Order: sequence, then structure tokens, then C-alpha cells
Amino acid sequence: MWQYEKKLQYPVNIKNPDPKMAKVIISQLGGPDGELAASLRYLNQRFAMPYGEVKGLLTDIGTEELAHVEMISAILYQLTKGLSIDEIKASGFDTYFVDHTTGIYPVAASGTPFTATYFQSKGDIITDLHENMAAEQKARTTYDNILRLADDPDVRDPIRFLRQREIVHYQRFGEALRSG
Amino acid sequence: MDPRCALLRKIKQYDFSLKELNLYLDTHPRCQRALAMFAQYKKLREEAVAEYNDKFGPLTPEQNKNLQSWDWVADPWPWERS
Repeated sequence: MWQYEKKLQYPVNIKNPDPKMAKVIISQLGGPDGELAASLRYLNQRFAMPYGEVKGLLTDIGTEELAHVEMISAILYQLTKGLSIDEIKASGFDTYFVDHTTGIYPVAASGTPFTATYFQSKGDIITDLHENMAAEQKARTTYDNILRLADDPDVRDPIRFLRQREIVHYQRFGEALRSG
Repeated sequence: MDPRCALLRKIKQYDFSLKELNLYLDTHPRCQRALAMFAQYKKLREEAVAEYNDKFGPLTPEQNKNLQSWDWVADPWPWERS
């Protein structure tokens, strides 16, 4: 079972709203290589895993990804707080706003709603671990792309933290592959 | 029931009482009776978890006490038949 802790894994303090930035960062919530897909991928894959060490790893990384879902959501919340209707229109955020106002809803940057087709749980541990390593690299590329698009240091700092976590998870999954 | 399962069952009962009180307190944050019950079950849970931790190992990664081995990853996991 799970217990919630009332804190973010890493601080998010964004002073300047930027709905255009929110529209791209939201892909790391509900997009094809986002944190929600990552968490569900690992937490579901645990049941096919015969090795205690890797059951632990999938549990612990799957749990950390939930903390990343919360960090991305906090970034989106702060980027879209206190906007005027003119800012919403000018930024292109109006296409999201019409359906969700500034509520947090998992979609890709394209607007496609989150879907479980973004991940696999194949019941074959070698297949699953390779998927996980690829997924961590894809998420790392997405964070690199966000860093190409974001200038604000308040945004870049937590994004750089999340990017680094993808690399650590990739390393650990690579080691898990060897533990069999 | 083996001693590990029996103690775990007791912890689950305390957890459930705490969860129910937690939800009730979320909507009744100044209910003195619920606050007192929460404190009472919290203490019972803490004692039971400490006993479990000593005898059977950690329920969370932070509870890993063995300095020679990371017992957190030891089988069985909760979804497995025991």
C-alpha cells in the first residue's frame, strides 16, 4: 500500500506564469513518454517479475515516478496561475482552457488525452526491462527538448532535476537486466 | 496463521482504523474524539510496526535496519501467496 508525504521531491517555485510553456511541458504528464505512463508501466510490470531485487526496483522507481507526476503538475499549476483571458488567447492555451480551464488533466502537447497504449507490461521480464530502458531515454530526450524551449531558470531547474532522474533510472534498469 | 501473517494482520487493522479516522478528520478537523482515537491507534500501530521490523524485516525502505544487507528487496512481496 502507499502513504502520501506532503512535500515535493524537488522544489518548484516559478514566479512568472507562461501558458505557452505549460502547453509543451504537459507532455511529461500525459504524453507518450511522460511520468504517468512511466509510473503505471513499472507498477504494473512488478507482478511478472520473479526477482526480489527487481520487484523492489520497479516498486521504488514506480513510486518515484508518482512524485514526478506531482512535480510536473506543480510546474503546470504555477505556469498557468493568475492568467488573464487575453494572455490565454495570445498564448494558444485557449484550446486547453476551453475543456479544462486551468485544471490539471493528462494530455500530450498535441492535446491527445493520456492512454495506456503509451506503455507495455508484456509478462516477459527481459522485454519489459528493455522497454523501461528505452522509455527512460525517450523521457530524457523530451526533457532535453523542453530545455531547448525553456529560458526561465525557475522552470529549467526542476526540469534538469527530472532529466537527471531519467538517466539514473536507465542505469538501474540496465543493472536489473544483469541480475537475472 | 503463522506469526508473521498474524502480526501483519494486526498492523493492517490499525492501518485501516487510522485511514478511516484520517478521512473523517479531513472533514471534521476539530473533532476531539476522533483526534484522541487517531493518537491511540497511531501508538498501537507504531508498537506493532516496531515489533514486525525487529522480527520480520522492513515494511518500507527506511525501516531497513540490517547494516549487512538490504532486506527491503527480500521475498515475499505483498501480492504473492504466503
